[in-house]
Amino acid sequence: MMEKPFATTLDPQSSLENHTGSWRTLRPVNVFKLPPCNKQCPAGENIQQWLYYAGEGDYEQAWRVLTEDNPFPACMGRVCYHTCEGKCNRGFLDETVGINSVERFLGDYALEHNLAFKKPVRETGKKVLIVGAGPAGLSAAYHLRRFGHTVHVVEQAKEGGGMMRYGIPVYRLPRNILDAEIKRLTDMGITIEYEHRVEDVMKEKEDGKYDAVILGIGAGISQNVNIPEGDTNHVLNALKVLGDIATNGDIEIGRRVAVYGGGNTAVDVARSLRRLGAEPIIVYRRNRDKMPANEEEMDGAIEEGIQVKWLSTISQASKDGLKIEKMALDENGKPQPTGEFEDMPADAVVLAIGQNVELDILKKIEGLQTEWDAVTVDKDDMMTSVNGIFAAGDMVPGDRTVTAAIGMGKHAARGVNAFLKGTKYIRREKHPDARFEDMHPYYYTDAPKTVRPQIELARRTQTFDEVQHGLTEENAIFEARRCLSCGNCMECDNCYGVCPDNAVIKLGPGKGYEFNYDYCKGCGVCAQECPCGHIDMVPEKI
Amino acid sequence: MLDEVKFYQTGSKTIGNRLLNPSMRAEQASIDRHNTLTSGHRACQGCGEALGARYALDTAMRVTNNQILVCNATGCLEVFSTPYPESAWRLPWIHSLFGNAAAVGTGLAAAARVRAKKTGSNVVPRVIAQGGDGGTTDIGFGPLSGMFERNDDVLYICYDNGAYMNTGVQRSSATPPAARTATTQLVGAEPGAEWGKGKDVPLIAMAHGIPYVATATVADPKDLEYKIEKAMSYHGSRYIQILVPCPLGWGCASNTTVTVARLACETGFYPVYEAEYGKITSVRKIRQKQPVENYLKIQRRYAHLTGKKADPKILARLQAMCDQNIKQYGLMSDDVPETVPTAIQAFERESNI
Repeated sequence: MMEKPFATTLDPQSSLENHTGSWRTLRPVNVFKLPPCNKQCPAGENIQQWLYYAGEGDYEQAWRVLTEDNPFPACMGRVCYHTCEGKCNRGFLDETVGINSVERFLGDYALEHNLAFKKPVRETGKKVLIVGAGPAGLSAAYHLRRFGHTVHVVEQAKEGGGMMRYGIPVYRLPRNILDAEIKRLTDMGITIEYEHRVEDVMKEKEDGKYDAVILGIGAGISQNVNIPEGDTNHVLNALKVLGDIATNGDIEIGRRVAVYGGGNTAVDVARSLRRLGAEPIIVYRRNRDKMPANEEEMDGAIEEGIQVKWLSTISQASKDGLKIEKMALDENGKPQPTGEFEDMPADAVVLAIGQNVELDILKKIEGLQTEWDAVTVDKDDMMTSVNGIFAAGDMVPGDRTVTAAIGMGKHAARGVNAFLKGTKYIRREKHPDARFEDMHPYYYTDAPKTVRPQIELARRTQTFDEVQHGLTEENAIFEARRCLSCGNCMECDNCYGVCPDNAVIKLGPGKGYEFNYDYCKGCGVCAQECPCGHIDMVPEKI
Repeated sequence: MLDEVKFYQTGSKTIGNRLLNPSMRAEQASIDRHNTLTSGHRACQGCGEALGARYALDTAMRVTNNQILVCNATGCLEVFSTPYPESAWRLPWIHSLFGNAAAVGTGLAAAARVRAKKTGSNVVPRVIAQGGDGGTTDIGFGPLSGMFERNDDVLYICYDNGAYMNTGVQRSSATPPAARTATTQLVGAEPGAEWGKGKDVPLIAMAHGIPYVATATVADPKDLEYKIEKAMSYHGSRYIQILVPCPLGWGCASNTTVTVARLACETGFYPVYEAEYGKITSVRKIRQKQPVENYLKIQRRYAHLTGKKADPKILARLQAMCDQNIKQYGLMSDDVPETVPTAIQAFERESNI
């Protein structure tokens, strides 16, 4: 007890004795929300997280996070239709983040620096057979290998990649990139057997003593439509044309070619033929609004001078050319014949009106359920109606894109992994959506005028140029840093700075922040000023 | 490498950011900041004054290498930080009286000089005197003007929340027109605080010709920290007035403290600038201009201006006041005003607003 001055009875104390947390009626909590890009990505990539590392300049870490979900960043950075960008919240401010171009940069960076996948730490000794070395099959193989299983892939073609090799034209995906990314998979111990066509899946499974099988045979049969054909006209199917171009680099087809269909395959065929000197005309029975093809690809086609005959069907093909019937959309948007005809000169017709799954192989599997032209699978673990047989990619219902196939391959692999452990894989529930309304845009809009055109230019070269260029490092890091980090922390220190009670504790780089509930009075300034909407105020329990 | 790439995107207006070079972040982003006003103080939820005081003094501590003495006038800040026998201050701090903080500051500065001389130390602690707008613009105005006149080596910080909040929200000479307080009730043709009253103390301080005068808000800590650092680089009298929203007195939600301060800047209601030797040298420009209504409508002290029964003429007058500020201080132009602006009260008295 120290000697106190007159009228003083208490020892001095710090205000830290006074736990103001007891005043609180609302409590700040960190919430982790699902950013729209991640939500949209069919491959389930953690886009926000890899942009986070890319923005720091840690490209290897960014690539590692990216490849936790998708083993083909360099390919996807070229061929993915990047629907994620369509959902990006930055679009409400200025322009969406060029996610796809950063992905490509990371993929190319990894190839340039010979980054390899890590081999599994331990081998489980389980054997899995994968039928088909397309995006779904290879994605499944990659994820299974990461779990430590022994994976063997069989493929009927001469080389791997499936539609990435035999469907997507070279101008969109150079084959050396594809080869390099497939080699990275075989380097981690995946074996691929080419020119091996599986006729009896169950027999192969038994002979090879496989514990599980994933089917990824795709949808490789072009749909046919009955066109009355004359003698001299070629009627070809789109996959044959694309396959021949991919294999031989050329095709004998004539000069004026009608490409029949309005999907991505039709556009790929038309743009490929254009590059071979032909004059393709796309014939499509509906209009541009109803066209399923990717908009950017279609813009590219039109810029390249490819003509389109909208609202038209081919009713007859003869040696003099084609007979086209004009269509009109009814009130439901369905095309209806009008009875008006016109002639169109054409040396050949390429049918690009959809693809079917080769059901012959599947019919031999006893008890395998199919629906329409696809295989019925469990919505969680992708298992078919036959125990131990899983399926992914174009052969199951869903979007028929490379990205979707990669995502399905991942889920099938997880399904198999759980199956091999005797459990069932259930997909995790997603976090609530990160909405733009919950964010604080004041803290973002700051791209000066001089910089904006630079981004736009970079994005244009990436998107429209036929000879595609990647982003420079400076542009890539710039683009990555445009990410708003919707719904998740980007370590901007706002909560730490604006707390009037010093009740936010900064834990250091990469570790984020913590609330000190002893002193937090629950004023809510941190939640209000968080740019990302990462803090919610929840009522305190009494 | 990160330093070379320009940084224009995510969070460039935030307090820190992991992507920024630490020297480019606000002091408040630092894990080692001083926290001169520590937790457990009894300010209301979302207190702007607690925030402003910590911003200002943390920086002052850093730039003087912790050689700071603080003299505090009576007011909220003094009351909530030091209820007997606790103190929330982590620096040498003395409470004077309501009106004499500037004079006591002068004394502290003299004492610090004498003590350094006696002990043979070449480190002379710097002095900050601080108070609320009541203790500064009304009660302590004589000592403040005297300190300016003598050019004593003291930085005076006024935490301006526009009324005597501690005693129950009575009007001060910093209360803006039309605001409701306990003593400016909603009566008469022009309800709330009268027009053409009050003092523009930053302009008065500039008229003393002292080395440095600045205004700031809690919405922009980088700007505030820069001004404190600059003020500490001068010797002689300096004056910084910080707009510190008071959720209780202004009738705004406790989480809007920073937002409402930002709106005060972005509407032109509160011009933020700095002046050296009586001349304005820089002005914080409006980044996203907003109508004054956006500032008023989130505060209950202005509820009578935005409701159904509101008189649109008063709203128009307040908007004209903001526009006058924008024009006079060049809040949206590229230049710094050539001449010293006229106090806004003059326009009110002339009935131009």
